[in-house]
Amino acid sequence: MSMLNVLLVGIGGFFGAISRFSVSQFINRRFSYRIPVATLFINLLGSFLLGLLIGIGIGGSALLLLGTGYMGAFTTFSTFKLEGIQLHIEKRKKDFFIYNAASYGGGIALAYIGIELGHLFF
Amino acid sequence: MAYLWIGFAGFLGAILRYSISLFLFHESAVFPFATLSVNLIGSFLLAWFITAIVKRFSIPDHLKAAIGTGFIGSFTTFSTLSVETVTLIQNQDLFLAFVYVFISIVGGLMMSRLGYRLVEEKQTDEHA
Repeated sequence: MSMLNVLLVGIGGFFGAISRFSVSQFINRRFSYRIPVATLFINLLGSFLLGLLIGIGIGGSALLLLGTGYMGAFTTFSTFKLEGIQLHIEKRKKDFFIYNAASYGGGIALAYIGIELGHLFF
Repeated sequence: MAYLWIGFAGFLGAILRYSISLFLFHESAVFPFATLSVNLIGSFLLAWFITAIVKRFSIPDHLKAAIGTGFIGSFTTFSTLSVETVTLIQNQDLFLAFVYVFISIVGGLMMSRLGYRLVEEKQTDEHA
């Protein structure tokens, strides 16, 4: 593993984490909904954009910086699960189901659309 | 300043995720073990960290955000999970795609619950 590759992933992660924090603060200040819309929005957007990058066919250093680093860190699994288990503990079964279905269903569908759009235009 | 802390923690979290995928797993592996394991480990760590620090220690907010949102948040990922699932489906590995999503859903929630439970049990011991 080259140090440059590690550094590229790290730099992407630096900006990805800051972007996630900023976007989620922006959304949470303006919207309050029964499910955690900030994390949902971030994970859906990130799934689409990573799909687009893969579909376009970028590789090597650009993929490490933008894909593994930036999109990898912009989206998050741990916060999504923590919010999910909190809904579950609060016995909000319907919200729990909607949150999971929207995240997985939407994430996979949008990643697919991103990949296909990428193929189409590049 | 909070932004810089979160960014630097995100730098480390992303590098750790990348290192684990390089050292512990083969790129040629059919099943995305690397993403699955960092996501499961991270789900446990975040739940444990958030409940443990909120209830036991007074950690400054910027450090809490750096570790929880920055480090653990960037260590785990959702976009890669989505793309890997699509790739499995496109390769006709429908069963593996199903297993991958199923373990992510159920396993992730169990790991998160475990992080919570660890704190609850410690508190019960203290009250006994």
